[in-house]
Amino acid sequence: MSRNLLEFKSVSKSYLENQVLKDVSFDIRAGEIHALIGENGAGKSTLMNILFGMPVIHSTGGFEGSIELEGQKLDIMSPFDAMAAGIGMVHQEFMLIPGFTIAENIKLNREIEKKSLLNTITSRLFGKRMKTLDFKQMNKDARAALDKLEMNIEEFTLVQGLPIGYMQFVEIAREIDKTGLKLLVLDEPTAVLTESEADSLLQAMKNLAARGISIVFISHRLGEITAVADRVTILRDGELVITKDVKDTNTLEIAEYMIGRKVSIEREICETRKFTDAEIALSVKDLHVAMPNERVKGVEFEVRKGEIFGIGGLAGQGKLGIANGIMGLYETRGEVTINGEPMPLNKTRKMLDAGVAFVSEDRKEVGLLIEDSIRHNIMFTSMNIHSEFLKAGLIDKKAIREHARKMIKDLDIRCTSEKQRTGRLSGGNQQKVCVARALTQKPNVLFVSEPTRGIDIGAKKLILDLLMELSSNGMTIIMTSSELAELCSICDRIAIICEGEVVGVLPPDASPTKFGLMMSGIKDVEEEVQS
Amino acid sequence: MANNNIWNGEKIRTFLLDNIVMLVFLGFVVLGFVVSDTFTPSSFTNDILVRFFRNGVLVLALIIPVMAGLGLNFGIVVGAIAGVLSIIFVRYNYTLFPGLGGLLLCFAIATPIAILFGYLTGKLYNKTKGQEMIASLVVGFFAEGIYMIFILFVVGAIIPVRWGHRMVNPVPEGVRPMGIRSSFEMGLPAEEMTGRGMQDALPGMARALNNIWRMEFVYALAAVSVVMFIFLVVRRIIMKKNPGLLTIRNEPLWAFILKIALCGAVVAFSIYSSATIYYWYYILANTPDINRLDLLPGISNFAVEISRINNVPVVTGLVIAAVGLFTVYFTRTKLGQDCRSVGQNKHIATVSGIDVDRTRIIATIISTVLAAWGMIIFLQDMGHVSTYTVHRNIGFFSVAAILVGGATAAKASVKNAMIGLVLFHAMFIVSPAVGLFFFNDGNAGEYMRTFMVYGVIGVSLGLYVWKANKAAKDKERLR
Repeated sequence: MSRNLLEFKSVSKSYLENQVLKDVSFDIRAGEIHALIGENGAGKSTLMNILFGMPVIHSTGGFEGSIELEGQKLDIMSPFDAMAAGIGMVHQEFMLIPGFTIAENIKLNREIEKKSLLNTITSRLFGKRMKTLDFKQMNKDARAALDKLEMNIEEFTLVQGLPIGYMQFVEIAREIDKTGLKLLVLDEPTAVLTESEADSLLQAMKNLAARGISIVFISHRLGEITAVADRVTILRDGELVITKDVKDTNTLEIAEYMIGRKVSIEREICETRKFTDAEIALSVKDLHVAMPNERVKGVEFEVRKGEIFGIGGLAGQGKLGIANGIMGLYETRGEVTINGEPMPLNKTRKMLDAGVAFVSEDRKEVGLLIEDSIRHNIMFTSMNIHSEFLKAGLIDKKAIREHARKMIKDLDIRCTSEKQRTGRLSGGNQQKVCVARALTQKPNVLFVSEPTRGIDIGAKKLILDLLMELSSNGMTIIMTSSELAELCSICDRIAIICEGEVVGVLPPDASPTKFGLMMSGIKDVEEEVQS
Repeated sequence: MANNNIWNGEKIRTFLLDNIVMLVFLGFVVLGFVVSDTFTPSSFTNDILVRFFRNGVLVLALIIPVMAGLGLNFGIVVGAIAGVLSIIFVRYNYTLFPGLGGLLLCFAIATPIAILFGYLTGKLYNKTKGQEMIASLVVGFFAEGIYMIFILFVVGAIIPVRWGHRMVNPVPEGVRPMGIRSSFEMGLPAEEMTGRGMQDALPGMARALNNIWRMEFVYALAAVSVVMFIFLVVRRIIMKKNPGLLTIRNEPLWAFILKIALCGAVVAFSIYSSATIYYWYYILANTPDINRLDLLPGISNFAVEISRINNVPVVTGLVIAAVGLFTVYFTRTKLGQDCRSVGQNKHIATVSGIDVDRTRIIATIISTVLAAWGMIIFLQDMGHVSTYTVHRNIGFFSVAAILVGGATAAKASVKNAMIGLVLFHAMFIVSPAVGLFFFNDGNAGEYMRTFMVYGVIGVSLGLYVWKANKAAKDKERLR
């Protein structure tokens, strides 16, 4: 177990100005299960992209540092080099062709050609690709790989219609079938599985490791990491925090390492605001939303009038689905009450009419009419729902101009004029246009999702200050964000979402450990802390 | 899948939805039979046979592009044009290349032209990923434009042609001849030249392939049934012994017995009907009077009629069989497997290291070459060429035929092509009768045909997109 299989040596990578990996060094031993953990943007995916020589790395100038496999420097320029070196990966998105059998999928583009006289002749005449395939041998190989995983399913079953857990196993079987597999990377393999499926996967991982195959296990589920991994490496903001033996650590410590202590934006209002007496502005019960990759599976919370309610959690856990679902952008089921009034779901217009506004996380596709002017962007929702800015049914250009100019001044939107195309604005100013449009609706409840994504630090502060100001004027704000620091800086309460459910609601000054544990789906934080 | 044989409402609904086009056509043909008394079994079968062998290869040419995810290749028109060009060249030089030899030369000339055309078409499809079907429609119209410039202007203005040649537009003496005539004959084959003064004429290419060997329908039917019988039995044995080797893994016993029994019945019928004929001809030495079939008792009536059809072009049939076999063989090759991967998911194929663009181009080339050969077979059967219009409906009719056979833009098989060929052309044949019945005007049948052709394409593609959208939406459903 002590022999080093793979070694990352001071690996750094930056995209333009933005450094995403800083001097990361650690090693992976032969036959160990090595967990890799970190928040979104910690650099896990970048590290794996480097390991697999993804085009995105090489088209942006490569990386610094080196990777060594069994003491030899690796020169991986494409995923196929990685494959040749014996490194395999199972992605979160399955690379399976549904209309093919399990065996055909396992042998995808590595099909075995029949050795026959006819094949020798046809390949001479028409090229190698006209050789017929040896399906018998392909099935046999697939059977062997499936047997290693203790999977009893027939190798000639179509992948179409298999349970997701089986698909995952087929993916792993494909990697096993590749000759000389030394290292297998599993990216959040248990995220899509049921509990029993996850259990059998973890068992299969142990079996593989016992056969001498090293496994890099990327997961946010601390419980699983402590259950199967030998060592764990924690990344935060592109830096290596620590690599530790799992037996020397616990979930609590890992969570703390993952979140860290620093809070980048200081909280300006020192005392926590109290809202216990205020009326309930928004109440959500048993909310389910079918947003792809951000499914919500039964969320419940209440927000009081004037409060800023934060929704946090890791990517893909469903936090973005909540606002999108309530606004009727994806199929939704559950109960939503606004100012005491039960609301019909899946009807965007009814929500808008009730005074709910939404600043989407997807600025370019959902938030803005990117080819249109600032003034049109600011007013079009209002015009539609309140029939504002209309004079005898025609667009009242004067009113629009005045309103747009006022908004540009109030929100400090940097532009040449109110007629400028929003596509030409910077990210921060685009975001301000989105907010301006929401404000023009004169909402009493405002959903903002990822308000500071992709904008610079100065604009960030402006937007957060603006939200703060709106809140003190009595607006109820529900802010969804991947940045915990930002949530902590302005929210009054923060709900953490994991696997589509609310794990818990924390005050902004709670310890990072608590946030970290909750993001991993551990509910009984107090218990965990005490034990 | 435990209740495999139980038919519930949902299952019937999906069956109807999946086969709606086929069922409508079947209904239409049956309607034609009911409302009209002009069809006899022999005339109807004869018409179907002619059209089956005429169009077979053209429809089969559509399968491989569907497999490679290119959808229905309306662009086989481009291949058809390659076929017509080769025929124009050979027929112009008919004194050098008469008869069957000339026809074979057509295949040889058409192939490289079709490869070039197919390569260019494939390039275009790669540039228009996701819109291949529209691109294939447009490329057909575009190719027509170039083809017309060629045969109207280039022939004559740039390539010199002989004044007074029977294929060249007639002009007064001294004027430079230009352009190919709007239609020309392919010339009768030797065995059909029975008229006076024709003994010395050179044999032409019309029906040159068909006439190599004509067989009586009953015998051909029996032969096909025997082959089918062997195929079914062998398939069943493999299925039991090594189910992983086949795409069909589950054939209920009753279905197998039904198919076997059908083959047996056809063979028995063939024997019966030829025996009847033999009895009439040789035992009684009495030629049956076709107008007095009522003299015959019961089923022998039908049997004798069918036996009178002596119209199966064996060699053409073998070519169709060979193309069908090649298509099946192709799916078992590395290239075929790559085509299927690309067809199902371009992204996964790319990540797996398959050269997606190249694979798609090869699929297009194969389709175009088959279409060119198909066109030559089509024209040798017709015997005359309408130079400026003959290629025009090839794309639409072939696509409609395979759709009627149960294919979609994502799935097509030899079986679909065969069923489609029979059913689609049955519709063509009964259309005038239906028109006559409903509108009291035989010409309305032409309207019926057009309506059915474009209707089937519209309905099939609409259903296909509707189903695909529904499946995509179901993914975004709440569980």
